Amino acid sequence: MDLAVFWYVALGVLLTVYAVLDGFDLGVGILHLVARDDRERRLSLNAIGPLWDGNEVWLVTFGGALFAAFPEAYATILSALYLPFVLLLFFLIGRAVSIELRSKHASPIWRAYWDVSFMLASGLCVLVFGVFAGNLLVGIPVDAEGRFVGATTDLFGPYPATVGAMAVALAAVHGATFLQLKLEGDLVVRVRRAGLVALTLFLALVVAVTVQSLVLVPRALAPLTAHPLLVLLPLFGAAATLVVLRSLATGTSPRWGFAASSAVIVSLTALFGVAMFPHLLYSTEGAHLDLWQASSSVATLRTMSIIALIGSPLIVSYTVIVHRVFAGRVKLGKYSY
Amino acid sequence: MDLDVVALSRAQFALTVMFHYLFPPLSIGLSLAMVIAEGIALRTGDRHWEQLVRFCSKLFAVNFAIGVATGIVMEFEFGTNWATYSRFVGDVFGSALAAEGIFAFFLESGFLAILVFGWDRVSPRVHFLSTLMVFLGSSFSATWIVIANSWQHTPAGFHVEGEGAMARARIDDFWAMVFNPSAMPRLTHVLLGSFLVGAFFVASVSAYYLLRGRHREVAERGLGLGVVMALVSSIAMLLSGHHQANVVADFTPAKLAAFEGLYETTEGGTGLYVMGWVDEDAREVTGLEIPGLLSLLVHDDLETPVPGLDQIDDDEEPPVLVPFLTYHLMVALGMAMLGLSALGALLLWRRRLFATPWLLRAFVVAVLFPYVANQAGWVASEVGRQPWVVYGLLRTRDAVSASVPGEQVLTSIVLFSLVYLGLGAVWLFVMNEKIQHGPDDEQGAH
Repeated sequence: MDLAVFWYVALGVLLTVYAVLDGFDLGVGILHLVARDDRERRLSLNAIGPLWDGNEVWLVTFGGALFAAFPEAYATILSALYLPFVLLLFFLIGRAVSIELRSKHASPIWRAYWDVSFMLASGLCVLVFGVFAGNLLVGIPVDAEGRFVGATTDLFGPYPATVGAMAVALAAVHGATFLQLKLEGDLVVRVRRAGLVALTLFLALVVAVTVQSLVLVPRALAPLTAHPLLVLLPLFGAAATLVVLRSLATGTSPRWGFAASSAVIVSLTALFGVAMFPHLLYSTEGAHLDLWQASSSVATLRTMSIIALIGSPLIVSYTVIVHRVFAGRVKLGKYSY
Repeated sequence: MDLDVVALSRAQFALTVMFHYLFPPLSIGLSLAMVIAEGIALRTGDRHWEQLVRFCSKLFAVNFAIGVATGIVMEFEFGTNWATYSRFVGDVFGSALAAEGIFAFFLESGFLAILVFGWDRVSPRVHFLSTLMVFLGSSFSATWIVIANSWQHTPAGFHVEGEGAMARARIDDFWAMVFNPSAMPRLTHVLLGSFLVGAFFVASVSAYYLLRGRHREVAERGLGLGVVMALVSSIAMLLSGHHQANVVADFTPAKLAAFEGLYETTEGGTGLYVMGWVDEDAREVTGLEIPGLLSLLVHDDLETPVPGLDQIDDDEEPPVLVPFLTYHLMVALGMAMLGLSALGALLLWRRRLFATPWLLRAFVVAVLFPYVANQAGWVASEVGRQPWVVYGLLRTRDAVSASVPGEQVLTSIVLFSLVYLGLGAVWLFVMNEKIQHGPDDEQGAH
């Protein structure tokens, strides 16, 4: 078993789980202002209240695993994408702080400020994630020494921006299907409506990204022609989108709706992985980094595999336990946000 | 503009890690206090102990969230600003970080949800277990990062492949890396430092309430708990500090020489400066010296000299003034905490503590002591390791990201400073609001 390949896939799994879990936290944030009065806004916050911090840990673990398994890629990508990474960190901080502080003071101005901050920080986080993905797909201007030889503005070009916008729309959809499980009444009707708007935008942007990918990133579609079975991935995603549409439009089967939006995310991250494989970094200068070049020693990968083997059942059970304790409709209590 | 990328990157790392380090020690120490308090509450059924835990959990949550947010910055800062270092140590350091994520972060963040939000959703016993898991998780996370940092000071279990910019540390023995010579002593020291933060924090808030005649029952229990926790931790800290200084003497003598301001190796026994000032240009220390004491502490006799910086190559010498001052500050504060907690424990035993205003006021202020001591200790340790980022193997100045220009680092430092200033202000504001509001008493009586 090629441990480097195994860890490439494992990283993909970590990233996918993060996208599905924190995806709904961030999506709820993007939709936050659909809630109108103080009580509704608190309901929205507390829908993710006990969950978002644990969900964010999947990103932290992804980062740690990237460092450990592919240090060359970790170092090159993070230093090449310096300012976007710094921005991402600020937006993550902004999201965390907005949630923690929003209800800590009674002043309406204070609360309105943090409500807007929560929405913006969440949306910008997802946008930056999408921008990263777009840049990795289309290639970053780094040379053979891992030096960034482009301009920072290159990183915010049309392709990454479109991927970013698509991600924001999808996160909003995912937040909507999640809130459908947690909220009730007029608020959930408005959320569903917003979710449908987001879904429409998402579909338009998927088309845009697909067209752009055909032109700008032909190698991304090469695996699909080489292994035609892979076309099941986008088909699966398309089918899931229909399930989401039905759930949000009719307000029925909220569990299926949430499962389906999760499936859309999974299909997209899987497609991203397929397009990138076996590379971790594409360079516009031709200095690509594949997983074998970027990986650490077999000894380390083996150690990490043991750590993962012992740890995985633990982290899965913690995640399941916590999500089950807090399942069901949101109830505001003494300890709520 | 010719900007020194190394200096800027170092300044940014110092800023971000020192700000981050305001939060995890309280998470560790306060969660321990909560475990003890909740255990007592479960055992005795005493409602006031339960109120103490419920109150602490509210303060805990805000602190924890900011700790996580600022911690994510640290995880990525190795890659963004210290890419060369990351490439060099990734094979070794990375698995410790991954272990931290997999074993510790999930544990603490997951069960935090139940601790803070699950009071009415789970049984008291399950809730207590959750509090315990949060304490264990946060302690375990400290474990891995201290192991990784200690490896930088006393590298072990590896070999180096390649040369120059392509040099890489490759792991030989995972357990040798984990149990590198300074890891366990430093971990003990860090955990005790965190327990002190928790203890003095609870004591400070409790003393504040007692001075104002509010929340008597909860505050008396809190102060008692804080004082006892502080005393036990301070005594243990004395032993831990001594042990750790000996480890430093054995494995990183240059650092000990910097701590103690030892420029020249003495003929006979080496003295210890209780306090003093360092003139780096003249390579001189002026201060209050106790003859032979350092030799006694390091070698158990008064005659054997302790090596000075004259035995270290000039280009491998650490700075002296900063480690010397911060190290002495840390020790002084440690002694003060020991003295204060001993006095508090004595008066507690004599049932006079709650009616002694001047001592209560001292406890209110003393919450600053462990915070400052922790930061001072880390500064002493990390500056004392210079010019190395991995002792004896990789210099700090060679470890920065080659591809990040100075202007970008300057931009990020300015942004971090502004954001963290705001964040710090907001944290203080919210903590103060919660403390002013106080625990929810049963009958609303104050």
